[in-house]
Formats: sequence, structure tokens, C-alpha cells
Amino acid sequence: MADRQPIISIQNVTKRFGSKITAVDQVSLDIMVGEFFALLGPSGCGKTTLLRMIAGFEVPTKGTILIDGEDMHSVEPNRRPVNMVFQSYAVFPHMTVAENIAYGLRVVGMSRSEVAGRVEEAIALVRLQGLEDRKPDKLSGGQLQRVALARALVKKPKVLLLDEPLSALDAKLREAMQLELVNLQHSVGITFIIVTHDQHEALTMADRIAVMGEGDVLQVAPPTELYEFPSSTFVADFIGQVNLFTVEHANIHDGATVVRISELGEITLAHHKDRITHIAVRPEKIQLGITEPSEPGLVKLKAKVKNISYRGDQSYVFLVTPKGLTVSARVQNVGRSLSAVARQGDELWLSWRPEDIQPLAD
Amino acid sequence: MASLAKKSGSMRRRLRAQANPLDYSRKAWLRLAMGGAFLFLYFPIISLIVFSFNNSKRNITWQGFTLHYYDKAFQNTQLHEAFLNSMIIAGISTTVSTILGAMLGLALYRFRFPAQGPYEGMVHLPIVIPEICMGVAMIAFFATIGIPLGLLTITVSHIAFSIPFVAVVIRARMAGFDRSLEETSYDLGASQWQTFWNVTFPYMKPGLIVGALLAFTLSLDDFVITFFTSGPGSTTFPVKIYSMVRFSVTPEVNAASTVLIVMTLALTITALAIQARAQRRDDHG
Repeated sequence: MADRQPIISIQNVTKRFGSKITAVDQVSLDIMVGEFFALLGPSGCGKTTLLRMIAGFEVPTKGTILIDGEDMHSVEPNRRPVNMVFQSYAVFPHMTVAENIAYGLRVVGMSRSEVAGRVEEAIALVRLQGLEDRKPDKLSGGQLQRVALARALVKKPKVLLLDEPLSALDAKLREAMQLELVNLQHSVGITFIIVTHDQHEALTMADRIAVMGEGDVLQVAPPTELYEFPSSTFVADFIGQVNLFTVEHANIHDGATVVRISELGEITLAHHKDRITHIAVRPEKIQLGITEPSEPGLVKLKAKVKNISYRGDQSYVFLVTPKGLTVSARVQNVGRSLSAVARQGDELWLSWRPEDIQPLAD
Repeated sequence: MASLAKKSGSMRRRLRAQANPLDYSRKAWLRLAMGGAFLFLYFPIISLIVFSFNNSKRNITWQGFTLHYYDKAFQNTQLHEAFLNSMIIAGISTTVSTILGAMLGLALYRFRFPAQGPYEGMVHLPIVIPEICMGVAMIAFFATIGIPLGLLTITVSHIAFSIPFVAVVIRARMAGFDRSLEETSYDLGASQWQTFWNVTFPYMKPGLIVGALLAFTLSLDDFVITFFTSGPGSTTFPVKIYSMVRFSVTPEVNAASTVLIVMTLALTITALAIQARAQRRDDHG
């Protein structure tokens, strides 16, 4: 990624609505050529506002947005080399599929024959052959989305912006479309920026993810790094499930970081950080056992099963420590036994390796 | 599968036989009340139409069927002239008020400006204030600025009271509009002007047709305001009928009124049908 050029460069961008609401606060971000980039965050975190500023529908209160090296400050949305797919798809209801896709070419005065060729190409790209003359009210949600995609891609933008593109689809279709979007991005080679509140979507599709919270970009990293090495409690908590333990005090001993946690005692960490307020352990890293694990070096703790959440392929076991903290552990349902791995009220041993602990600062 | 279908079929039949607690339209007393209300509303109109075919000059008792008075009404040159006036006024007033009303409705939907609430209230005022007040205000206004009463003053008044109706219809139509359609168009390279004509206008169209038909019928059958703002030689159809009634209620008056009723009815049904079709299409999309 390092050798690539940024296609979009967001520099110290702030967006305020009125005097009270700051939607985006001092954000700086580079998005590289050919990248599948995700803006991830809970609703109201400013991700859509940031996307709309790139598209040109909102003007930054402060800061600069460069697209392919050019300052976009006074460039109207219809003159920017980016195109957007809206959450509602916004397929023009009074036009057929082909007319919808041709629209962006027709309004800029492209010749009829060239439009026809490009439209045909785009229809093939999103596999809508045979539906050219359909009206939108005769299309399914997935087909509408393909129309919206083709209509934006036919313009050959430098960057395609997607605002929550899958949120209107049902679960099965959403999974299929995630894969399809990735394949589509590979085949056209255009930079995609997707806005989503769904962590699975971002982890599955994106090359890099920016996690946003309350107008700030909190961490920008590839999916694995984001999941395994979150930089803050917010990110750790937002991406996937996590067990957080409060650190009472931390100090460095002969180059090793030792933290004190009331539930666990003193632990020597494998990863270091200047300031540590919490440590995090993912539920799937925790082993459950009836007897105390004998392997040396493990972090271990006894707790009582409170309840079990069955998910089909796996179960989450929630346990309460003697000090009253709830810890969740994931169990793969490998066998086909009907009796549960654990029963409510069982006393079990939890254990995990020190390497699986992520130190965090809030 | 087949037995299941049969079962659900018989179940449906049983449901149909047994009225649901909220199935009010199937209760005898309610049907009776509805029929009574319907008769109360439409009996005068039905009798007016029936008696337009009455073969009697006095038109009090039924003397037999004839089309004579329709023939007579169609031969009446004064009625012709009044009808022509009405058509000219309605045509101009509909065109102007539809354009202005649509712009107003669109502006109210689109823009947020200071004192928007009061402004919107004021816009709707002509719908609720008594027509007589509007008529008096109009005549006073024209007298003050010294415009002689005639076709012009009638037309201007009709435009004035039709605008709010069109604006309300357009406003309601636009409430269901997805703003991202406009943004998409703009994003795809269209100018604001292209976006309006390619995206916004097609969506507005059913509202425009309904608004225009509404404005047309309002203008066509307006009596009170027209009566106040008309001058010599600018008699409209309803005003002419009124003056004929003052002489005597002959079947000719009934015949002329029936023509007016049929025309307004046809336009109103068209407007409703267009609205319903647009609604159906939106529900689909």
C-alpha cells in the first residue's frame, strides 16, 4: 500500500451544522488508488457526512479535500470525478433500467451510439441482461442495487462512493452482495469507499477500515489489525465481542509490562503500550475447562456459568467471576450432541494465553 | 398441499360469513345510516337532473320525458356567451395558477426560511376564509386601484383563490419525494436545470394535473367571487344560470346546470383517477 498514490486526501476537515453540532471534527485521512476502503462507525458518528463532503453535497467548514491531487473546495458535485450510490438506491422511477444507466452519459451530451455501447457494457458488468426495458417497480431490491451500481460505474469515476449499500437487503442477499461488490471492485479496479455501521460488512469487504466515533477517526487499519490489535476500548468494543478488564495499575519491569487486575492478579503482558487502562480478550481466545489447566504461563480464572447463548454453529457462554464481572467465552459446537457444553450454575475454569491480551487505553 | 389449500379456503369462507368486530361496513344499522346520508347529499342533485328532462314549463310536477330544454339551452346565445366567458377565464386562470401554485408548493417543500410557519398559514388562508369576504376584498381592491370590472378582474380573482389549492396539492405530492433522486442526478453530472426537468418535474406531474383540474373546476363553478368582480358583458355560466333562475325555474335552467355538473364531475373523476394511479405506482416503487 505504501507505494500507492492517495486518490483522496482529506486534510484537517471539520464540518459543523449550526453552532452546536460538530459532525466531523479535524479528520485527516488518505485513501489510496484502487483501495476498498470502509468508513465504519455507529449511526451519528459523521461517516455519512464525510462521504457527502467527498461527493460534494456538503461543504467542509474547515479543511481541504483533494481528489487526485485537485482541491475540490468550489467544485460542484456534478463536476467531481466521483460517483455515489445512495442508501435508497435512488433509481429514477419513471425511467427503464437502460434509461437509468444511460442518464449520467446523456446529460453530459455524449453521442447516442457511444452511450448505447457503454450502457451495454455496464449492464453486462452487473449482470442485468434481459432487464433493460424493465421499470424499477418491477425489480427486486438486489436488482435495484445493481442498477444504481451500473449507473454510477458507467461514468467511469475515479472513486465510487457507497452509502450503506447493503442495509436495505435481507441477510442472505446481503452476504452474496458483499462478495459480489468485492469481485466487482477487483474487475473494474476503481477505488471504492463504503460507509457502513455493520462491522461484519466492513471486515469482510474492505482492504482498510477507518473506525469513526463522534466525528473523529479513531483508528485506520486493515481488518485483521483492527480486530486483533484495536487501539482503544471504543474500537475493541465496536468491532466484535470483547471482554474488558480494568487495569488498576501498570508498570514496566525489566522491559516487560506488568499490570494488576483485581480479577486476575498480576499479569505480564506480551504487547506493550505507553498508557494502559484496560486489557481486552476476545471470547474465542478463551478456553473453558472443568479442571484447572496445568499448562504453565496461562492466565486463568474460575467463574460460574450464568447463561448460554446458542447460535447454531457456536455458543457464547456467559460466566460471572467471584468479583461479579461477566466474561463471555465462545465455544464451537463441533459435535452434534444435544446436551450443552456447560450448564447454568457450573463452575468452570477460563484460561487464555498472555499473547492474546490486547492492552488498551480509552 | 391440496388439502391444506382446501382447508385454508374453507377457513376463509367461514371468516367471510362471520363479521369481524371491526367490520362496521357489514352492520345493518350502519349501512342504513350511510344510505340515508348519501340520499340526503345527492337527492337534490338527482332531482335536478331528472327534472331537466321534464316536459313542463313550470317544472313543478312530472309531465313526461323530453330533451326539448336541452335543445333550448344549447340554442340560447346568451348562455353560449356566458359559457365561452367561463371557458376563457377558467383556461387562463388554470394555466397561471397552476404554474404559480406549483412554484409555491415546491418552495414550501424545499426551502427553510424565517417565518415559514406563518407564511404557510397565510398561503392557506384563502382556502378557509369565506368566499364572500374574498369577493368584497377583491371588489374593494379593484376599485382602489381603478381597474374596471370585467373578464380581467374575474380572471385575476380566480387565479388568486386557485393558487393555494394547487400549492397544497403539490406540497402533498412532494412530501413523498426522495431527495436523493435529485442528488443522484446532480452527482451523475446533470445541472440543476436538467435535474429539475428530468427528475423532479416527472415526479410532480400527477400533482400538477390534479392541481390544474382542481383549479379548472373551482374557476368554472365559482359564483360568489365572480358575482362581485364581474362587470357588464362579462357574465359567466354560473352567474347566467343564477339570473335565469331569478326569472323562473324552467327545465332549461336544470338542463344548463346538469351540463355544468357533468363537466365538473368528469374533471373531478379524472383528477381522482390520476391521483390514485400515481399513488399505486409510488406504492409499488
